Amino acid sequence: MLTRLREGTQDAAREGRPVRASGISHSFGELRVIDRIDLEVEPGEVLGIVGPSGCGKTTLLELLAGLRTPDSGSVSIGDRSEPAERLEGCAYMPQRDLLLPWLSAVDNAALALRLAGASRSAARTEASGHFERLGLSGFEEARPGELSGGMRQRVAFLRTLMAGRPVLLLDEPFASLDAITRAEMQSWLAGVLGPDLHTVVLVTHDVEEALYLSDRVLVLTPRPATVAERIEIDAPRATDRAAAVTSPEFAELKERALRSLAEAAR
Amino acid sequence: MSAARRYLAPAAVILVLLGAWELAARWDWISNALNIQDFLVPAPSDIATSLWRDRSLLADDSWVTLREVLLGFLCALAAGLAFAVILHLSDTLRRAFYPLLVASQTIPPVAIAPILIVWFGFGLGPKVLLIALVCFFPVTVNTLDGLRSVDPQLITMMRTLGASRTQILSRVELPSALPFFFSGTKIAIAVAVIGAVFAEWAGAGSGLGHQILIASSNLLTARMFAAITLLSVMAIVLFAVVSLIERKVVTWDSRGVTRT
Repeated sequence: MLTRLREGTQDAAREGRPVRASGISHSFGELRVIDRIDLEVEPGEVLGIVGPSGCGKTTLLELLAGLRTPDSGSVSIGDRSEPAERLEGCAYMPQRDLLLPWLSAVDNAALALRLAGASRSAARTEASGHFERLGLSGFEEARPGELSGGMRQRVAFLRTLMAGRPVLLLDEPFASLDAITRAEMQSWLAGVLGPDLHTVVLVTHDVEEALYLSDRVLVLTPRPATVAERIEIDAPRATDRAAAVTSPEFAELKERALRSLAEAAR
Repeated sequence: MSAARRYLAPAAVILVLLGAWELAARWDWISNALNIQDFLVPAPSDIATSLWRDRSLLADDSWVTLREVLLGFLCALAAGLAFAVILHLSDTLRRAFYPLLVASQTIPPVAIAPILIVWFGFGLGPKVLLIALVCFFPVTVNTLDGLRSVDPQLITMMRTLGASRTQILSRVELPSALPFFFSGTKIAIAVAVIGAVFAEWAGAGSGLGHQILIASSNLLTARMFAAITLLSVMAIVLFAVVSLIERKVVTWDSRGVTRT
């Protein structure tokens, strides 16, 4: 099943592309939101970014994605640094699922394939091949309005994955879910991300989520956002979330992250 | 609530009103007290009699008016949709034409109907044109509002999935605008019938509006009311047809593009 999930995205993920940003700053008018941030993510790695609400996390992702151009500093995805080229290299999953209400789940998931020119039946067949793995079988023809929040989020994730880009930029993908569903989705995402070569940047305000899913976590200060601390997580991503997040090592990392968040806020 | 119960209350209100009207027109002491004369205010039963007796005449007139209404309405739909898309795609054109669009709506159809007859004669053309003019505004403005009210994050999402401008228009903006388009269309179909009457009053040889004019000048008030009844029924049926098409097309919950 996992190999089937990766099949569609394999080509893009196989080569893998690192994401690099050096000294990027950005302002909206007089308001400086991003202040000289450096980051590096290698293929197969997950970089978690945590920070207080409104600190500019979404802006940072938009800068990486090529949706915005930084005032200063440079961003590259692989060897591409032009905004339009970066946009082609990454798939961006926004905070809200943004499913199109007039399309069924499978048509929503297949959107990127249709945009790339695939026929409706080919795109639907390819997208529906992933439904079982994502725990969505039987809901292919359901409209977004008929799905639960967790399911909608999974359809949105599949839509992002089907874009077949080497870099995934996830903007608080589970923020709108309740705590129990969010924990389920985190275990599920850990399993999905585990073996492939996507380069992932995960933005969240949930420290536990970042530490559990990432290989490295950047803690950001309040606006203007700058890097307060970099936390390396040496342990491999565990699929048993409950065991992972209650281990003493995890508690130690969590304390460190929470402390640096609190200090940065001062 | 069952269909029977849903229609019971409005049906009862209409029946009571018609009954009161019938009594007021029929009973001398009421009509004398209200000082109404039966050749000025026909009873509902007289109107029904006229509907039956003049059926072939009224059917011909209905057909003429229906054709004008449908042609004018369809022209306005096509033009309104195209105009809305063009104004949506170009900020410059929208700024340039929007005031003109609003101004076009401030001209009363009664005022331009005679001019159109002078310019284009007594044929079908000026009627279709006038109806199209009154329908154009609600269709264009509503569709344009719909196109412009699309969640900007949806557009961003489409861009990250590699959508071109045309794809964003066809796959997100136009479907999102459909409920707005139908709102405009429902207003348009109702005013189309009114537009047809004005157009026929300005100069016509047939049609329900023309029939109202002829019947009233000959004091055939029952026939006049019969024609008015048919116009009203026509507008209601056309409105119902548009609503039905809307329900078949807009099958999703259109109150918000996404729930959060």
